[in-house]
Amino acid sequence: MSRRENTALPREVVEIGVVAGGLRRMVDRMGDRVAFGAAALASLAAVALIALVIDRVVSGAMPSISRFGIGFLWQTTWNPSLSSGVRDSNVYGAGVLVYGTVVTSAIALVISVPLGVAIGVYLSLLSSGRLAGVVGPLVELLAAVPSVIVGLWGIVVLAPALHSTIDPALHAALGWLPIFGKPGTTGLGIFDAGVVLAIMVLPILAAITRDLFANVPRELKDGALALGATRWEMIRGVVLDSTRSGIVAATILGLARALGEAIAVTQTIGAGTAIHASLFASGDTLGSRIAEQFIGAVSKLQIASLFYCALILLVMEFLASIGAQLIAGRSVRVRGAVI
Amino acid sequence: MDANEPEVERRDDVMASNRLQVDSSSGAPAVPLVIGAKESAPAPPTEVVFELLDLNVYYGETLAVRGVNLKIHKNVITAMIGPSGCGKSTIVRTLNRMNDSVSGFRVSGEVNYHGHSIYASGVDPVEVRRRIGMVFQRPNPFPKSIYDNIAWAPRILGLKRDLDARVEQALRGAALWDEVKDRLRSSALGLSGGQQQRLCIARAIAIEPEVLLLDEPASALDPISTASIEDLMQDLKQTYTIVIVTHNMQQAARVAERTAFFSLDDAGDGKRAGVLVEYDETATLFTRPADERTRGYVTGRFG
Ligand SMILES: Nc1ncnc2c1ncn2[C@@H]1O[C@H](COP(=O)(O)OP(=O)(O)OP(=O)(O)O)[C@@H](O)[C@H]1O
Ligand SMILES: [Mg+2]
Repeated sequence: MSRRENTALPREVVEIGVVAGGLRRMVDRMGDRVAFGAAALASLAAVALIALVIDRVVSGAMPSISRFGIGFLWQTTWNPSLSSGVRDSNVYGAGVLVYGTVVTSAIALVISVPLGVAIGVYLSLLSSGRLAGVVGPLVELLAAVPSVIVGLWGIVVLAPALHSTIDPALHAALGWLPIFGKPGTTGLGIFDAGVVLAIMVLPILAAITRDLFANVPRELKDGALALGATRWEMIRGVVLDSTRSGIVAATILGLARALGEAIAVTQTIGAGTAIHASLFASGDTLGSRIAEQFIGAVSKLQIASLFYCALILLVMEFLASIGAQLIAGRSVRVRGAVI
Repeated sequence: MDANEPEVERRDDVMASNRLQVDSSSGAPAVPLVIGAKESAPAPPTEVVFELLDLNVYYGETLAVRGVNLKIHKNVITAMIGPSGCGKSTIVRTLNRMNDSVSGFRVSGEVNYHGHSIYASGVDPVEVRRRIGMVFQRPNPFPKSIYDNIAWAPRILGLKRDLDARVEQALRGAALWDEVKDRLRSSALGLSGGQQQRLCIARAIAIEPEVLLLDEPASALDPISTASIEDLMQDLKQTYTIVIVTHNMQQAARVAERTAFFSLDDAGDGKRAGVLVEYDETATLFTRPADERTRGYVTGRFG
């Protein structure tokens, strides 16, 4: 290993070694280049794809943008009727849909964030190995259930159940708040869609926070316990505290999922056409409206307006994703190796 | 630091309410395993804080530590030395029930703290850890501000009165105050390794434990930081009972009054477990060890 041993070897052996080493280095360097090229190409392709999508959506939305302008965001008329006798025929605005999108996503997060964090804590810190080995994969299986099936279950099981239990209970307890109005007659509405979305977001939050908490260094947890903290105090003061920004980032990822979901919402939201104060009333979301109407659209302006909805949704999703990255990046900088 | 005294008294009262078994301080001799040791070394005059009686520690089926009998005295620095894997960390982590969360961990024998078994049923491990503080090998400050690192435990333990004063006193006690008093609100992760370790010591003494367990507290530090921690220990022993695990024999010789030498031993069944070979005044252990294995280790001939 030392230099002296090296020179003691026959010269040919040393030279072969040098040549072989040189060759290997060359191959390595080429491999490096190929890998770099492939990675760069793949990233470029992804960027190009995004650009193509944005271009298509924007150009598709153009007629509606030039017709309705920014007011499209809050105008609540959506009338595809073409007969000239009808008031506001062929006039579109996404106000109802933007409201529905925001509110259903908010309901989804209010339910799924505490529940998801609780599951994450349980799986990473509290459960014994065997139980976590069963529950963990189950949670991930939940993420694999197709949204149309969750939606079906929402129609058949969840909505009727909520309609006869939670809805009246909330109305009775908090009915003075307009959002908990009298439960509707159909049994489908914003609240049902929000709960369905919560079920779909839950596995994302549970899985991400589980990994987040599991990666909090053992030394930190031990440090807290060694100070006479109970397990719960340790979890709150060290685990949750040091992963705060990670939890926020996970929440935003969940939000992105909730904002964009279409099918399961279409199935459970009741296809409403107006903004109601009560969460138990029907409504609609951007994604759901696109899914409902794109195939059967009757006019160019209606198609353009659906593209406009898609553009709004795209911007919302981008903002959420950028927000998640900013927060995650900041947390890495601020908290060093903790996350 | 004088203010700590009444606190320690109060602790003893709390423990009394936990009285779970008869006093056993008149049990085994202090130096049970030293065969043929001279009786010249007088036992330190302070009272016994910990008494280990025939302690065996298991991880699952593996016996990690076998048959340890050991007394640790109040306001004395006790060093634990020995080759890697001989169970030093295992023993100190057994002293404050830090090993409870390790699956398969099990003890037999007695770990008595002021005569009361800390492994008796009904003893709350949280309460044990709050009185027996621990500092780890790698500095592990929380990703919080310097102030909050110290204040966190007092807050959850309900010691909220005069928190600022408590934080200052802890930092002074750990000889860190002058270096950080102008940046209490900045992140503890911005401190140097030596400062972080002293912060961890400050964090431990902020809740006024009776005992400080230090598991290789200086092994990740440079010589200057190490020296400052060693100086600090001399101050701290006025108030605390200190147990320090170290691989550095000079360090043990410098700081500890008493030293325990552990080694890996074969019980005859081919399985090696940590045993206490010799426990004595540090000077005696290093200059006139009674056991051949100790002599080999302290003179640098291993094995
Ligand atoms: N959590 C654990 N699970 C299983 N075995 C363990 C665990 N911790 C320690 N051991 C085993 O117990 C024995 C003693 O380990 P311990 O860490 O106490 O030694 P040590 O004297 O502190 O060594 P070092 O000087 O390297 O820190 C070793 O054989 C080790 O493999
Ligand atoms: Mg160790």
